[in-house]
Amino acid sequence: MDELRKRAKELLESKTISVVIGYEEGTYNRTRALFVEKPEEASKLIFDSRCVLNLATYITKQEVKAKGKMAIAATIPVMRSIIQLAYEFQVSDKNLLVLGITPESNLMEFKDLLEVETYIHKFEIEINASYREKLDKLAGMTQTERWKFWIDELSPCFKCYACRAACPMCYCHRCTVDFNQPQWIPVPSHELGNLEWHIMRAVHLMGRCIDCDGCANACPLGIPINLLNKRLLEDAKRHFGGYQPVLKGDHLMSTFKPDDKENFIR
Amino acid sequence: MADFEPKIVAFVCNWCTYAGADLTGTSRIKYATNVRIIRFPCTGRIDYMLLLKAFDEGADGIIVSGCHPNDCHYTSGNFHARRRWIMFRELCDFVGIDINRVLFSWVSAAEGSKWADVVNTTVTRIRELGPYTEYQKVAKHPIREVTNG
Repeated sequence: MDELRKRAKELLESKTISVVIGYEEGTYNRTRALFVEKPEEASKLIFDSRCVLNLATYITKQEVKAKGKMAIAATIPVMRSIIQLAYEFQVSDKNLLVLGITPESNLMEFKDLLEVETYIHKFEIEINASYREKLDKLAGMTQTERWKFWIDELSPCFKCYACRAACPMCYCHRCTVDFNQPQWIPVPSHELGNLEWHIMRAVHLMGRCIDCDGCANACPLGIPINLLNKRLLEDAKRHFGGYQPVLKGDHLMSTFKPDDKENFIR
Repeated sequence: MADFEPKIVAFVCNWCTYAGADLTGTSRIKYATNVRIIRFPCTGRIDYMLLLKAFDEGADGIIVSGCHPNDCHYTSGNFHARRRWIMFRELCDFVGIDINRVLFSWVSAAEGSKWADVVNTTVTRIRELGPYTEYQKVAKHPIREVTNG
């Protein structure tokens, strides 16, 4: 990614950007986030297929925002997150420049977020074949089997909240799970609290999740929690025709149609 | 199972179903006594967490009811609620919560007899399904056991 390094260096030298967020080589053959503030450090930037961390998580953090105008190396899922964050007034053109990375790993600089929005709308949010298989398998089970599956899957969870930390959409300063009056979610690592926490997480991400798999990648126990989000993505498609992050307009869950169809209310 | 009395929690909106349930009483229509009614300002206020908490506290069935579409006191609360229920019900189904135990309905302030019917059908259905032991077994909470003895 010489292009990216060169461009990052230029931007930092010209002082139009104070920090470039990208990836660097980490330990154990993994990559990690890099915050480049000095032009000479731009050479550390890398990009390859191992770079799956959703960097949009960092652009809502106060300590990063405080540095000044940010530039971010953004793959398509990251761009989608950025647009959703912009919709929720978390970032704007004033403090963010998007250095897009196309699926062919080419650099594509965007003038403003409007251009990013137009670009990402060319790609549908699609669930890949292996996940579709898992979803279909679960859908084919009986209710009791599904219940057993999820209780078993979620029982080792000790609520480290890595899924929350990795998610760009989980930026609330005080998460519902941190409240203790009332205590909605029991704190101990226990089946009920684990189940409630993951249901809550999925519901709060309803219509906002852009399917980057960040949560499942972050989970130290490898729990397939992204299946919950994927299922809701499917349901949104089936009931309401799906969604794409937009800068302006209606959001899936904060709007309605008078003729929304259901078959269970009597 | 013969002496099983289902515990049903009903989350209802103040303006339609609560008034409807009131009408059931004033019309002297007899209906099952298994229901505990909780009054909300609007169906839009009925949080999905409350449904989970009801099961957690030992409910065997849940009724969620409010104004018919276009009748909402706040114009659009029930439309928002409907959208949320559609999605939440799918999620519950996916994690294996028995969605046959949750009944959604529209009951207006004039439908006293419909309310009696909704409660009676729910009670019959839950009687058939039996106590929700699956959830209650998981809901046995370590902290609650310590504090409640």
